[in-house]
Amino acid sequence: MAKAKKSREGAVMVLGGGIAGVQAALDLTDLGYYVYLVEKSPAIGGVMAQLDKTFPTNDCSL
Amino acid sequence: MVEAGRSPNIEILTNADLLSLKGQPGNFKADIVQRPRYINADDCTACGLCTTYCPRHQVDDYNEGLNITRPIHIDYPQAVPATYYIDPRSCLHLTHETCQICVPVCQSKAIDFSQKPEERTLEIGAVIMSPGFGRIPEDTLAKYSFGKHPDVVTSIEFERLLNPSGPFTGEVRCLSDNRHPHKIAFIQCVGSRDIGCDNGYCSSVCCMYAIKEAVVAKEHDPDAEITIYYMDIRTQGKEFDAAQKRAEDKGIKFVRAKVADVMPWGDHLRLTYSTLDGTHSFKAYDMVVLSVGLESPPDAQKLADMAGFKLNKYDFCNTDTFAPLATSKEGIYVAGAFNGPMDIPESVTQSSGAAGIASGLIKKQRGRGIIHKSYPDEKEMGDEVRIGVFVCHCGINIGSVVDVPDVSNYAGDMEGVVYYTESLYSCSQDAQEVLKEKIKEHDLNRVVIAACSPRTHEPLFQETLKDAGLNRSLFEMVNIRDQCSWVHANEPGAATDKSKDLVRMAVAKARHIQPLPEQTVPVNKIGLVIGGGIGGMTAALNLADQGFSCSLIEKQDTLGGNFKKLSHTQKLIDQVKKNKLVSVYTNAELQQTSGFVGNFSSIITTGKGAKAKEVTLDHGIIIIATGAREHRPETALGNSIKYSKKIVTQSELAEQLEGKGKKRAPDSIVMVQCAGSRGDDLNYCSKTCCITAVQNALRVKEINPDSQVIMLYRDIRTYGYAEDLYQDARQKGVLFIPYEMDNKPAIAEKGGKLSVSFFDPILQDDVSMNPQMVALSVGMVPEETDTLSKLLKVPVTADKFFLEAHVKLRPVELPVDGVYVCGLAHSPKPINEIIAQAQAASAKAAMPLVKGYVTVDPIVSNIDKEICIGCKLCTSLCPYQAIQMVKDENNRPKAETIVASCKACGICASHCPTFAISMGGFTNEQLNSQIEAFGKEILVKETEAA
Repeated sequence: MAKAKKSREGAVMVLGGGIAGVQAALDLTDLGYYVYLVEKSPAIGGVMAQLDKTFPTNDCSL
Repeated sequence: MVEAGRSPNIEILTNADLLSLKGQPGNFKADIVQRPRYINADDCTACGLCTTYCPRHQVDDYNEGLNITRPIHIDYPQAVPATYYIDPRSCLHLTHETCQICVPVCQSKAIDFSQKPEERTLEIGAVIMSPGFGRIPEDTLAKYSFGKHPDVVTSIEFERLLNPSGPFTGEVRCLSDNRHPHKIAFIQCVGSRDIGCDNGYCSSVCCMYAIKEAVVAKEHDPDAEITIYYMDIRTQGKEFDAAQKRAEDKGIKFVRAKVADVMPWGDHLRLTYSTLDGTHSFKAYDMVVLSVGLESPPDAQKLADMAGFKLNKYDFCNTDTFAPLATSKEGIYVAGAFNGPMDIPESVTQSSGAAGIASGLIKKQRGRGIIHKSYPDEKEMGDEVRIGVFVCHCGINIGSVVDVPDVSNYAGDMEGVVYYTESLYSCSQDAQEVLKEKIKEHDLNRVVIAACSPRTHEPLFQETLKDAGLNRSLFEMVNIRDQCSWVHANEPGAATDKSKDLVRMAVAKARHIQPLPEQTVPVNKIGLVIGGGIGGMTAALNLADQGFSCSLIEKQDTLGGNFKKLSHTQKLIDQVKKNKLVSVYTNAELQQTSGFVGNFSSIITTGKGAKAKEVTLDHGIIIIATGAREHRPETALGNSIKYSKKIVTQSELAEQLEGKGKKRAPDSIVMVQCAGSRGDDLNYCSKTCCITAVQNALRVKEINPDSQVIMLYRDIRTYGYAEDLYQDARQKGVLFIPYEMDNKPAIAEKGGKLSVSFFDPILQDDVSMNPQMVALSVGMVPEETDTLSKLLKVPVTADKFFLEAHVKLRPVELPVDGVYVCGLAHSPKPINEIIAQAQAASAKAAMPLVKGYVTVDPIVSNIDKEICIGCKLCTSLCPYQAIQMVKDENNRPKAETIVASCKACGICASHCPTFAISMGGFTNEQLNSQIEAFGKEILVKETEAA
């Protein structure tokens, strides 16, 4: 989907796209804001994406 | 992650660095630079052909260097964005201007070596810092032979070894010679609680992840012998002690010892350790796992300088106990491990909290930047079934195994199919345009796509259907990748036959699918907060900050709760009283609640005696902040306890120490930890007692430096920065002596004289003494949660704390939509965590209020009242309380779905004795025709064979 390239009012920058950053970004959109999620590596997910199962549900971490 | 990738309101800027950040709260400017991927994200289909052809090898960072990959690659198939990238450090073209093999290989022409770094300026109202954590430096790991012997691995490396997508596809093998390790040791506190590497703090998460890794490793190989060497087991989180116990039951050994070193020893590793009694021992292991701590992120200082906020002495972000998510610069908030080592649930909690505060700060800008997509009107369906079938090659993913043209032609002969085709990548941007055109051209009113998993791609195709004026329910997806080409890779004929079966079944179902209306329910934009302690007040004020009014009910006659005496609490009480959006009801209790998210109605009683009255409150959400109180066990560790001036709880001691005069600090005191906790009287750890006890011990020493302070403990759980206090207390002469549950300390009082006796593991002897005082760390119990649990139909744990919807990912939401929890009612925790959780709960609670309506997935259950006999079976089975009984015009009881609460699980439909319930998109008619379509063909085949 084409995303707006122009800066806009009502936007928040989240720096770091690990689990904390992704959660903050999702919550901000649900609260009515546009989010720039800035991540230094080529993909979001951070360390959590490297984990095997997570306690206690043994859910896959992706 | 996928959700973030799909949101039209999140722009993901990967490969991006912050260059500068300037401005004021509400109006910041951030300059960023995006390094090139050398691959166009819009064109890349993530088929993987480029990686196959790339001739260069490089170390796979995603697998912690345990594997090799190619310069052109993607870390893992589910990565977001699902676009490959070229690592400029090793690509032959980018380092030596040669090669470029990938360019002609890529069928979608996505590779572009001419890309340059791109600078952008972002205008934003607020910033959330979540850069995570860094790595413990390798020289700290060197004393354990890390780097010298391949079978000494870090815990993250071990995660990769356990992972099916890891270097040995999920088999744990020694890196030295590929054998399965039989004896594995975990060493705790590597790079944590270690002033040798300037990390005095405890990383808080390592004990728990080591236990998890050990248990998973044991599941891989039940015969593996696994030992965890630790100083204190710090499983202070909710239900964590129980997990540790389960690990012990599964045969994982826990040894309290300090590991001196690990040395190569023939084929093995020799681990030398010393125990409390002073003996040194060594043991041989096949593999040693280092439980590495969480370091501050490497660019922390740069980030702090750029943005103008402060770091603490360990280079993590500096925050205040009472404002745990705010950096020292207004408008910049912090969440996750950069705010100090923490686990996933706490990071998620902090993220929601930070989002909520940011939202409050710039609420005037709310909604201005959001993209609302609009769709054309849905077209008339007509009576004729016109199905279009699209079969996808997925590059070579499907096409190299399944005969795609054959499957597509097969579909063409089926009843109702008016158009069929194949495509190379049905998910690509141009394929969406083709899909739209074909829907128009052939007047299609149902679409079947045979491709990959609906889990990842159904929403994309449904979006395209909506763009083409079709209801999104008029879609059926067949997964011929996972279910055919992948699992039957060596049997192309059978894979093709199975694809045909699946397509036939989908088309049969598609003939019966109908458009389902998108339902929405409006929301009453008012909150109800239950409990007026620090958590409840914080939540109420936060809702108000975000622009929403709420009622705050407190059962005592004043606000404040457990921490009434703190000046911060007094400040909160003033703010709550002044805030026009918060209505306070004291002496108030909830009597009854009905309704569902967005539309609750509650009756409360408030006031005392003659002034008592009933009030009805209508509200959209509920936040539970009912708290906990100090536990006062009558027996602790087998001793019957008579509380007096000499035998006190830690909170009573704290109060006494607040007074004046040297005498308030005793000349000798024995503190007993876990008195009534962790399997004694209460089953759980109350998380805060160790920290409180150490603080009290320090205070005693400060007032009366000659005082003899002895603390008897099981594990000292001064996690995070509180480890500094523990360190300080030991230096100031507080004696810490561990006890075991099979040899508990004895406490007695005779004739006004106290005696405490215990076993000292260092002296290896029993010790008896007569201290002036005994202080017990007694733990916390939740305030009565049973009544509330029944009133709101929300579950509690065995320990009577409220049970969240998902322990990791939805830590402040309860399973009933629109009900949230924070503070001690969730689990014991210190003040900063209570505040962060309250901020998170109010942020989550604000979401339906901001939206103004609740969307209902069209696949919810639907009850035919004509057929329903009112047996109530469905209401008793529904796990979401989403079915209510109503009376029809003849006053007969009938079941009715509360669509806003229904999660479309289908339990009700599968149990209804009269088949009165059907699920949208999964009606009996649809499912039966699907099954029949499968069976008929098999029958024909069998007859032919006979």
